[in-house]
Amino acid sequence: MADGRAQIRRRAGPRLWLSALWLGLLALAALLAPWIAPKDPLAQDLFLGRLPPFWAAGAEPGYWLGTDSLGRDVLSRLIHGARLALTVALVAGSITCLIGATLGLLAGYLRGWVDIVISRAIDIWMAFPPVLFSILLIAVLGPGLSSIIIAIVVIDWTRFARVVRAEAMAQGAMDYVASAQVAGRSRLSTMVTEILPNVLPTIVVLLTLEMGIAVIVEAILSFVNLSISTDDPTWGGMIAEGRTSIHQAWWVLIFPLIALFLTVLSFSQLGEGLKDRYDPVLR
Amino acid sequence: MADLYAVQDLRLSLPDMTRKPLLGPAPRIEILKGISFTLPKGEILGIVGGSGSGKSTLGCAMVRLLEPTGGHIRFDGHDITHLDEPTLRPLRRRFQMIFQDPMSSLNPRHRVGQIIAAPLRLHGFTDIQAKVADALDHVGLARPFADRYPHELSGGQRQRVGIARAIALRPEFILADEIVSGLDVSSQAQVLNLLERLVRELGLTLAFISHDLSVIRRLCSRVLVLHRGEIVENAPVTDLFAAPKAAYTRELLDAIPLPDPDQVWA
Repeated sequence: MADGRAQIRRRAGPRLWLSALWLGLLALAALLAPWIAPKDPLAQDLFLGRLPPFWAAGAEPGYWLGTDSLGRDVLSRLIHGARLALTVALVAGSITCLIGATLGLLAGYLRGWVDIVISRAIDIWMAFPPVLFSILLIAVLGPGLSSIIIAIVVIDWTRFARVVRAEAMAQGAMDYVASAQVAGRSRLSTMVTEILPNVLPTIVVLLTLEMGIAVIVEAILSFVNLSISTDDPTWGGMIAEGRTSIHQAWWVLIFPLIALFLTVLSFSQLGEGLKDRYDPVLR
Repeated sequence: MADLYAVQDLRLSLPDMTRKPLLGPAPRIEILKGISFTLPKGEILGIVGGSGSGKSTLGCAMVRLLEPTGGHIRFDGHDITHLDEPTLRPLRRRFQMIFQDPMSSLNPRHRVGQIIAAPLRLHGFTDIQAKVADALDHVGLARPFADRYPHELSGGQRQRVGIARAIALRPEFILADEIVSGLDVSSQAQVLNLLERLVRELGLTLAFISHDLSVIRRLCSRVLVLHRGEIVENAPVTDLFAAPKAAYTRELLDAIPLPDPDQVWA
């Protein structure tokens, strides 16, 4: 009776705990930013402009990752910038996921006219160039945190809807759906209790990818100065400023880039890692 | 004995999407072309036919997974031909189905216990844990199996879960659609024995769809032979094997592989 099949468990691989570690650190930094940031991220000191990071010659103690051309501490700005990046990732990612996945599930499972309406909307939506569309949206809505979130949701819901629709269609053809009907389960209830658990792993992976994308979109919008007010530290804003002084002070550009890269990578790896670890159906 | 099912001139056609013109409706393919038969309580009816003969479609119509386009299906006196889902729901407890491929018919992300309990919950039963345990006992699976996922079971065990789910509701009728075709011969024999025992113990009426006449011969008391959506023969199983009337039935009988090629069915 007791064969090995029930005992198979996958260990949490390094990609799960490494990505969770980085995101955990980032979340901690974002939450505690006012207390752990060594300097005021907005304080300018023109006498301390373009200080190199701590290991290079000419570094000033207390300015670990150097300063930018206005003498603002790069580390403190990075820590404060993490707040915006994570807020956008979590809020925009979740709302996008909720809207996109719901529409995709409805279209893929109910088919018929619901599918026709939603699929045509996706096709039309995807024909807009996304970056221009978001810049246009921000220009209309005015810069600000909620505008960034709205722009990301409005543009990216199609990513979820497409993939979830295809997955829901495949699952809808399975006999367990017919079996639920034989048992007398209603269509909507079947969608939530039978189809959704089978589409959920895909949704989780997409959600973490989307969080990474949201961080990038926010950085792009900051880069073109359409994010929140220009004073507040953002990674994209730092990259834009660092670009102008790359030959004199490379660290102003490189550190936010590294933070951005690690964050986006961690989000996508977290999704894959979670799927590997917690999906009961081992593939 | 009273008839549990009375099927009268049943017709079913589906749109043929491969030949659908760009504008306008798709032409319809007639799958069932006027099928009539009755199924008395307690009988085990075999439904055979080649692929495309409409045997699975007939089964799906009987448990109302498909809505017929003509004719009538009466279940225990109720005309269920065109009932809508909410009106049908209370009746659904009384006719259940076992599917061909348990890999597809058992939700891979639900545990066996949940799978068997779900129909019980839907129909408002109480004391669900005891009923799940009872269903597992009936199909010969140990209680701890309730905590397993379907992919952790063997093919025969999965099909037992499918059977447990169907009998948990204590239905009067069960449709078994090619339920042993995916199993190896020894699991087939076990599942057939199990089914036979359950029919006796629970007083079930059974429709057993198969393309394999030797399985039908073993289990059923009466056989419907379907060919291209029509009944070509409806006879007690002994008569059918002794003296097949329709030419198509003889073809099917000749197609059974025998251990000794010189031997004939007699």
